Formats: sequence, C-alpha cells, structure tokens
Amino acid sequence: MLEIIALSKTYGGEGAAGAGEHVTHVLDAVSFNVARNQFVCLLGASGCGKTTLLRIAAGLTVPDGGEIQLEGRQVTGPGQDRSLVFQNYGLLPWRSVMGNVEFGLEMRGVRKAERRAISQKYIDRVGLTGYERHYPHQISGGMQQRTALARAFSKDPKVLLMDEPFAAVDMQTREMLQDELLKIWTSMQTTVLFVTHSIEEAIYLGDRVLVMGARPGRIKADIATELPRPRDEAAKSSPRFDELRRLVRDKLRHDEAPAAP
Amino acid sequence: MTAQPDVTASSPPSRPAGNAARRRPPVGLLRDIRAGRHGNLVRFASVALTLLAWEWYGRGVDPVFLSYPTAILGAVPAMLATGELQRAFVSSILGLAIGLAAAISLGTLLGLLMGRYRLVDQLLDVQINALYATPNVALIPLLILWFGLGLLSKVVIIFLAGFFPIIVNTYSGVRNVSRGLVEVALAEGASEAQIFTKIVIPAALPFITTGVRLAMGRAVVGMVVAELFTAVSGLGGAIITYGNAFKTDKLFVIIILLALLGLFLTESVRHLERWLAPWKETERAN
Repeated sequence: MLEIIALSKTYGGEGAAGAGEHVTHVLDAVSFNVARNQFVCLLGASGCGKTTLLRIAAGLTVPDGGEIQLEGRQVTGPGQDRSLVFQNYGLLPWRSVMGNVEFGLEMRGVRKAERRAISQKYIDRVGLTGYERHYPHQISGGMQQRTALARAFSKDPKVLLMDEPFAAVDMQTREMLQDELLKIWTSMQTTVLFVTHSIEEAIYLGDRVLVMGARPGRIKADIATELPRPRDEAAKSSPRFDELRRLVRDKLRHDEAPAAP
Repeated sequence: MTAQPDVTASSPPSRPAGNAARRRPPVGLLRDIRAGRHGNLVRFASVALTLLAWEWYGRGVDPVFLSYPTAILGAVPAMLATGELQRAFVSSILGLAIGLAAAISLGTLLGLLMGRYRLVDQLLDVQINALYATPNVALIPLLILWFGLGLLSKVVIIFLAGFFPIIVNTYSGVRNVSRGLVEVALAEGASEAQIFTKIVIPAALPFITTGVRLAMGRAVVGMVVAELFTAVSGLGGAIITYGNAFKTDKLFVIIILLALLGLFLTESVRHLERWLAPWKETERAN
C-alpha cells in the first residue's frame, strides 16, 4: 500500500565544484513496502536518515532520487492522506485542545461547524472529552499525545507518520504512552510508520522492525516481530522478545563494526 | 542529638532569666513582617512615612523651590475649576493616542513583514537601523520646522518614540518562531497566508506586546519632550508655564499625573499580555 522505491537523498556539495567529498548520502536507494494497517518501526542510530525518510513521506522534504507511492499515487507534497506526529507532538501552545485538533481541518478550509463536529468525535475517541478548552501547558504529557493523535486522525489519514514522539520523555511515561498509542491504534486501524532509536520500543510497537544503517542510510534488516497482540508487559519478558532484541542489536552493531578502530 | 540543644542554647548559665525572655525571637506580627509576609503593609507604611517626611520638610522650604503633599493636593481643585488641567491632559492624551496607534500599527506590520520576508528586510533594514540609532531628541527641532508647533509635530515625535521598540521586538519575535511550528502547518498543507496568520502572528504575539509595553513608556517621554519644546500645549506645556511662573505646587500636580499615566499604561499592557499570551506566562513561571 505504501511503497518506498529506491529513495535517495544527499546533503551538501550541491553545485560547488570539488565539494564532492563532503556529500553525505543520507539515504541511498532505500526500498520497502508497507501493507495496509501494518505498524512498521524504522529503527536506527541518529544520522541514519530515518527522520529524513519520514519527512519525505510527509512531503516536507524532496528526495534526490526515487519516489514514494501511496496506493499507487506518487507523493509530491503534504497531503490529506498522511498525518505526521512530530517530536514533542508539535502542539500549538496558543490553541486549546479543540483548536489544535481542528487545526488540520481548518487549513483544509472545512467550515467551522463541521470541523468542530469531526474534532469532537476524535477528541471523544482518544478519551479527552471535557478537556476541549484546556491549553497544552495545562494537560499532562499523555494527554498532549492524545491531542496530537486526535489531530492526526481527524484527517482520516491512510498513513500515520510518527517521528520519535517519545524521544524526550522519561522511561515510565514512555511505556505508558506506548501502551496508550497501541490502544488508540487498535481502535482506529491505520497504517503506521514509526521512527525510533529505541530497540525495545521498535519491537514492542511494531509488526515489523526495519533496521537502518548510516552513511549511506539504507535498510539493513527487515524483521517481522510476530509477537501476539494485544501486547502488554508480559510480551517484554517473553523468550521471543529476548530473541528479537538480540537479533536487532546484532544487526545494529554490525553497522558500527567498520567504524571501530 | 538533634532534639537536645534547645535547652542549653536558650538558657546559658551566665544570663539572667529576665534578659533571656527579652532576647527571645520576635513573635506574631513582628516576626511575620521580618519574614516578609506583610508586603503591602510594609509598603504602605513606607510610603506614608515618605509622604510625612516630605510634608514636614516641604513646609519649611520656600514654596518656589519645593511644594509639599497637602499643598499639591490643594492645588488640584483650582486647576480643575479653571479647566487648565483637563485641557492640558486631553491635549496630551490625544497626541499620545494618535501617535501610539500609528506606531503600533505600522511598527507591527513592518516588523512582521521584515521578519518573515527577506526581501522586505533587505529593502528597509539600513534605513530603520539608521533612524533607530539617531537620538529622537535630535530630530525635534527639524520636526517642529516641518510640522509646526501644533498637534502634528507632537504626534510625529510620539510616533517615532514608540515605533522602534515595536518594530524591533516584532521582528525578533517573527525570527524566533520555531521552525517546528511552521512545519506543523506545512505538513497540513497550509498556504503561506495561513502560516503567516495562524502560526507566525500568534507565535510572535508575546514579543509584540513586549514591544508595545516598552513603546508606551517611550511614547510618554516623547510626548513630554515634544511639549516641552513646543511649550504651548499639553502636560509638558503646562510644566513650562507653571515652571516659569514659579507655581511649584501646580508643577508637582503635573509631574505626579505623568507618573500615574505611565504606570497606568504599562500596567494595562501587562494585563493585556497575560490575557493574550497566557502560555508564555507559565513558561516564565517554570
């Protein structure tokens, strides 16, 4: 359904003669497919191009080569069929929960009464009923994530793109947010491309874990987690989880080997 | 170990019992005042004491050089009866209102455009910076030459005083809009006009109101300076008139009125800031 086809992106050295050595291949002919309603985690160290890939999928960055197709149509810019959830959620501090959720619809020109109704539906779905008039700084991190998810789902997207949404929170909060995300994802049924640098997070959330290596950025392994859903703490102590953790870590370490002296 | 020293510390053997009772730490009201728990009471007492001292000292001084609180207060009814106070006040406020309104609208508009669009910035930044660097007072004789001694001169001087803090703050506000928030709108497919009105302006709003608050103070100064130069109207004009006539009590009425005006203006913008950008308030608190 979502096809990443020979995607390439380089930074630096544009136009300048003799600057060839400084070119960074952020993405080097990356290809993979994502099936409908699949939860796919892109895992890699910082600088491996995983965020760049997500930004290209969101239409915020233009690739140098290759393309992304969503249901057979090439992605050329931001669109209503994709929602991006930012690091730290990207909530607008001057807008209430309602104002944030309806922001996407407002940009699309949906009339006020209609966007209010749609937003209310998703606010109810993520369990924020009663908090419509609260501002982001007045609610907890979990509620901020739910606000961001309600905004993302309000467009009824085909793909949800998530850029390390839990990178800045502590361990306990993070686990709580992961469970909350899984719960909402289960009830919404949508395709997710989730970028993270945490091995445990990628395994716990994903149907598949795509391990990325850096310089040049490419997919080093495509691992189906095959852990039963719904997942909870027990899944993390299962033998399969340990096996996956070893496997993924091994693939990641393989990447670092040539760089070591 | 920790509970024990109480006994030995409070009654050393050499000190008589009566003395020990007097040196005990103060209790009740006095202790609370020392701990800073009665801020308003202390402030009120301090101001009252200052006024009393002023009154006592002022009564002994030649009224040409210094007046005193009750005399200043006593001068007010006469000034109101002749209408001179109202006339001066209205004349000043009119110039202030027009000049500030122009400074706020033009300063905000240009600051937003220069902050967001590099071309506008390049077109105007040299002129703006040059004018900003020029002390406003130096321009006053020229402006009076051009615009006369009337309201127009005053308005232009007040405008110049208020314009720069607003444009400079608005500009840096726009420059400080986080790239992430703009991308939130871009990812939703927002147009440039939508980004400008829905992201850039609200994100820069706290900076704009700070600029307006600074401008209020500068504008009042500009107003008085303009009126001192033209010496015919407004509160500044009244200062010259009363000063030349050695009516020091009336002079003080004007000075106190100006202080109150400045206080009122900056406080109202502070409230406006809190109302317009409550999220910044909590950021400050954190």
